[in-house]
Amino acid sequence: MITLEHVTKVYPSNRGEVTAVNDVSLHIQEGEIFGIIGYSGAGKSSLIRLLNGLEKPTKGNVIVAGRNIANIKGKELRQARQEIGMIFQHFNLLWSRTVRENIAFPLEIAGVPKEERLKRVDELIQLVGLEGREHAYPSQLSGGQKQRVGIARALANNPKVLLCDEATSALDPQTTDSILDLLVDINKRLGLTIVLITHEMHVIRKICDRVAVMENGKIVEEGEVLHVFRQPQQTITKRFVQQITEPEETKETIAHLLQQYSTGKVVQLTFVGEAAEQPLMTKLIRQFQLNINILQGKISQTHHGSYGVLFIHMDGSDEDIERALAFIRQQQVEVEVVTNE
Amino acid sequence: MNNLFPNVQWETIWAATSETLYMTGVAVAATFVLGLILGLLLFLTSKGNIWENKIANTVISAFVNIFRSIPFIILIILLIPFTKLIVGTILGANAALPALIIGAAPFYARMVEIALREIDKGVIEAAKAMGATTAQIIWKVLIPESLPALISGITVTAIALVGYTAMAGVVGAGGLGNLAYLEGFQRNHNDVTFVATVLILVIVFIIQFIGDFVTSKIDKR
Repeated sequence: MITLEHVTKVYPSNRGEVTAVNDVSLHIQEGEIFGIIGYSGAGKSSLIRLLNGLEKPTKGNVIVAGRNIANIKGKELRQARQEIGMIFQHFNLLWSRTVRENIAFPLEIAGVPKEERLKRVDELIQLVGLEGREHAYPSQLSGGQKQRVGIARALANNPKVLLCDEATSALDPQTTDSILDLLVDINKRLGLTIVLITHEMHVIRKICDRVAVMENGKIVEEGEVLHVFRQPQQTITKRFVQQITEPEETKETIAHLLQQYSTGKVVQLTFVGEAAEQPLMTKLIRQFQLNINILQGKISQTHHGSYGVLFIHMDGSDEDIERALAFIRQQQVEVEVVTNE
Repeated sequence: MNNLFPNVQWETIWAATSETLYMTGVAVAATFVLGLILGLLLFLTSKGNIWENKIANTVISAFVNIFRSIPFIILIILLIPFTKLIVGTILGANAALPALIIGAAPFYARMVEIALREIDKGVIEAAKAMGATTAQIIWKVLIPESLPALISGITVTAIALVGYTAMAGVVGAGGLGNLAYLEGFQRNHNDVTFVATVLILVIVFIIQFIGDFVTSKIDKR
C-alpha cells in the first residue's frame, strides 16, 4: 500500500542544512497498523508528512496507493490526498463549525452533494460514537471527543490510508486507550491501512502489527512488534521497550536486592506468547533445590499476544542455578542474569 | 428645544447626519472588501504560507505602510487630482469616498493580516491534507476562523472612519463635520457644534454596540 524508496528530506536552515529524513526505505502492507516510534526530533513528523505530500522529499519516491506522491502536484495531488486521511495531536478542528459541520468539511472539499453529505456524516457520527453531540462546537467537547471528530473527519472520503500524527499524545491514558480501541476497530471493519507516529511504546504495544524505530532521520530497527519486544537490537529500541516493561522503580528495587542478597542470582525472565501462560515457577521449585523469590513481574498484552517480564531471585548451589537456567532456556523463555554494574 | 439650540436647523442637521452615515457606510463596505483582499495577500505571500513570495509581500507591505502613515488630512489634499479624475468633483459626500477608502483600507489590511496570523497553523495544514484548494482554504478556513477578529477590526476601522468623515467635512465633503465647522465654528454657533458632536458620538456608540454584539454572537471558541 505504501512504499518509500530511499527517501531523504533536507531542510535549509540558518545553521546549514538539516537532514530530517535520511535515506529511508520502507514497505507498509495493505490493512496493517504500522507504528513509527522515535523521540522528538527523530524525523518522524517529517516522515509522516511525506506520505500525503505536505512535505516533498528532497530525494526518493513515496508511493501511496499506486501514486508517487513525490512527483504529483495540483489537482492530482489534491485527489490523492482525499484518499489519505490524517489525524493530529492537537485535533485541528475548525472552532467555527459544529461536530456535524466539521465532519462534513472534507466532503464539501471533495464536492459531495449536500444530501449525500448529510447521510455520510450521520454514518460517521455513529461509527465514532458521537451520537448526541452532533451540534456541539469543538470548545464544548473533551479531548477524546475532539479526536473522535478528527477520526470521523479523516474517514469521511473513504480513504485507503489513515495517518496518525501523535494522535493520542495530548490525551490522558484512559482516553488514549479508548481512541486506540477505536482505531483497531476501524482497521478491522474497514480494512484501512493505518500509519501512526508516536513516542509512546504503549501505543505501539497496544495496536501495532509492525513497528519501525527512528533515530536521527534513519530507521534503525523494524519488524513485528512482538519480535522487536522480545529481541530489541538497538540501544534506543531497548529503551523504548523498557518504557512499558520496566517501570523506573524496578531498577531501584533490583539494585537494592542485589546489595541485599550476597548469594544466589537475580534473573530477568522474558516470556512471549504461550510461554507466558505456563507454570514455570512451580516446575523450577519442584525440580531443583532452589529457593526462589519473585521480585517483580508484569505481563503486557500486544496486538499479537502477550509479553511478560519477571524478575526472580534464585538461591542455591551454583550447580543447581546453572541447571535451572538451562532448563528455563529450554522453555523458550529469554533469560538474563542481572548483575550490579 | 428651539430656545435651547437657537441656531440649530434640524432639517440641515438630519441632512448632514445622513450624509455622514452615507459616507461612513460606503467607505466601511469598500474598506472591508479592499482591506480583506490586501490583508489576505499580505498573509498568503508571507513566509511559510501558500503563496510565499518575498517580492510581492514587500511591495504590498510597503504600499500599506505608506498609505497608513500619511495623516488623513494630508491624504485628502494629495488625492485631490485623483478624486477629480474618478468622481469628477472635489466637493460633496462622494468626493470624500476615495480618500476615506484609501486612508482606511491599508489600516484594516494590517488588522486582517494579524487576524489571519492568529489562526492555528494546524487547521490550515489539516485542510491541505484533505485536498483543499487555495480558494477553499480562503473561504472555508481563513475567513470563518478569523471572523470575530475581522468583525472587531472593521468596528474599530468604522469608528476611525466616522472621525475621518468629520475631517473630510472640513474641506468640503459635507456631513456633520462640515456642519460643525461651517455653521458651528466659523459662525460661532456653539449649539450647532454641540449637537453635531453628540450625533457623531451616538453614531460611534451604535457602531461599537453592533460590532461587539456580532463578535460575541459568532465567537464559538
